[in-house]
Amino acid sequence: MLRLEARAQPSRGWGYASPLLALVLTVVIGVLLFLALGKDPVAGLRVFFWEPIKSSYALGELTVKATPLLLIALGLAVCFRSNVWNIGAEGQYVIGAIFAGGVALLADKQSSGAIVIPILLAGMLGGMVWAGLCAWLRDRFNANEILVSLMLVYVAVLILNYLVAGPWKDPQGYNFPQSKTFELATRIPRLFEGSRVSIGVFLALALVALSWVFLFRTRAGFAQQVGGLAPAAARYAGFSSRRALWLALLVSGGMAGLAGALEVAGPIGQLTPYVPAGYGFAAIIVAFVGRLHPVGMVFSAILMSMFYIGGELAQSRLGLPKSLTGVFQGLLLFTLLACDTLVNYRLRIKAPSLATARDAA
Amino acid sequence: MESYALLIAATLNAGTVLAIASLGLLINEKAGIVNLGAEGIMLCAAIAGFATVVHTGSDWLGFAAGMGAGALIALVFGLLVIWLNTNQYATGLAVSLFGAGFSAFAGISYVQEKIPERPSFLIPWLGDIPLVGPALFHHHPMVYGTVLFAIALIWWLDRSRAGLVLRSVGESPESAHALGYPVRRIRLLAVVAGGTLCGLAGAYISVVYTPLWVEGMVAGKGWIALALTTFATWRPARVLLGAYLFGGVTMLQFHLQGVGVELPSQFLGMMPYLATIVVLALISRNPQWIRANMPASIGKPFYPGS
Repeated sequence: MLRLEARAQPSRGWGYASPLLALVLTVVIGVLLFLALGKDPVAGLRVFFWEPIKSSYALGELTVKATPLLLIALGLAVCFRSNVWNIGAEGQYVIGAIFAGGVALLADKQSSGAIVIPILLAGMLGGMVWAGLCAWLRDRFNANEILVSLMLVYVAVLILNYLVAGPWKDPQGYNFPQSKTFELATRIPRLFEGSRVSIGVFLALALVALSWVFLFRTRAGFAQQVGGLAPAAARYAGFSSRRALWLALLVSGGMAGLAGALEVAGPIGQLTPYVPAGYGFAAIIVAFVGRLHPVGMVFSAILMSMFYIGGELAQSRLGLPKSLTGVFQGLLLFTLLACDTLVNYRLRIKAPSLATARDAA
Repeated sequence: MESYALLIAATLNAGTVLAIASLGLLINEKAGIVNLGAEGIMLCAAIAGFATVVHTGSDWLGFAAGMGAGALIALVFGLLVIWLNTNQYATGLAVSLFGAGFSAFAGISYVQEKIPERPSFLIPWLGDIPLVGPALFHHHPMVYGTVLFAIALIWWLDRSRAGLVLRSVGESPESAHALGYPVRRIRLLAVVAGGTLCGLAGAYISVVYTPLWVEGMVAGKGWIALALTTFATWRPARVLLGAYLFGGVTMLQFHLQGVGVELPSQFLGMMPYLATIVVLALISRNPQWIRANMPASIGKPFYPGS
């Protein structure tokens, strides 16, 4: 008989091993799924785990997708560590993209490349406004931030659809719901010729360092996490829970907005209804799989980016729907949560005792 | 006048989807479990129900398939949350994310499928009354079934012994355990029952409400259903009323378009989501109101012997 026995201390070893075990389980289920669909599992594993890293171009694409995931997840980690459940990063990302796109549309042929700075700042501001709305409703009205942040995702997407179908529609766009293509000056500077990798990746890595310092080396970061782990202790220490709420939501909104700005002024280059690509939701998984640790999330963002690219390749090469990405992302979070049980509990195999044997008889 | 009768009819139909799901979630929450996976469960059930109807032509088999899919996913959720003590919010989110991906994946070959014309239901005699007939008596049997189910649930929760046990598990699992009730099994049953109802709601969407399959077609109804249990301060009668209210808000956008209100369709489309936020804020601002009927151990894990 199996039973769980609470550990006196959470296991450090399993803390690291659990995401890896979850990945192994996800891959095993993936192989079974490929077999069930009558596809060669080796080909399936290739498109997910080899193709995305096999050339410098592929690595560039991997980085392009990992950057927004990492940025959003860094913000969400601050939220989740403070026990603030912001699950609407997708909406904050979209509003960030809209604000940034609004600035980018102001550019003309004479604009200098310096316009990139107001574009990124506008994106952050947009994300902060959207998340700030959640914080305000929570703070002032005690409205559940899970539901509010999620509802605001739908509202954000509808605002985007309105803008690209109405006031911001490209008059020369053959009536497609999309804005005109941004001027070249607005494009986020790229690192190399022939690759779409932009300076966004350095921004993300700088923010990894910054958020590590904030979380583990500053008083404010400490206060933030105490409030999440033990609200009563935080109150005794005089840490304000309202401050923690606002800070968590504004930081994560700003990061998601920044990611939206980098996307819309980077790889996308215009506002379209396809700006929301699910990064805000995938970043929730990135945050958990990366153990809410800035460095861990670098790895999980790369992994999740592989899932995205693998899904696209599975569509073009194997004729499988792209939504395979979502299936594997969800599975990974499921298996991770199950494996995390081993961090706090020990699995004991126990011989049935006399009492249970008597009950069973 | 005619258009108002149709608006009422559409409201009841839209409200039924929300009511079925929300009553299911109410059962979960009365036992102390919050399932944020409602949206994902409904999506999976929607495709399961739709696919079944495409292949068998039977609506009732479609509903059964949706309920089965909902029960199965809820079972996995329940085992993780109740036996492995995983975080309820995170696990529910996993269900929602997985459900969105899996339903899109499984439904890809059904996007172009059509199902035959729905038979129209009409209650003899009552359905022939002008205005009142089209508004109230031309509905799918599920609409009436939902009202009866809500009444039965009110009785069951308030008056039956089993209902009392369910509530005790959500209020104070320690006491229920001390009295010898198998808390975890009761919670699992409640979770599966809730998932079954969410599944039924999902299948109703794709089979009756809008008989087709589109990726993400549940469009936040699972989340609105979750919010409804809070709006209703965990009272089943108010869940039913709230569901019709929100059904009305959803339908009002089409009505307003019909009567020529000059507002971009996207703004009308925002109404259910904005209304959810506004009502949530108005009701949540009064803590006494919320706490009066809130299950005391909602969202808290329970493991016997610790």
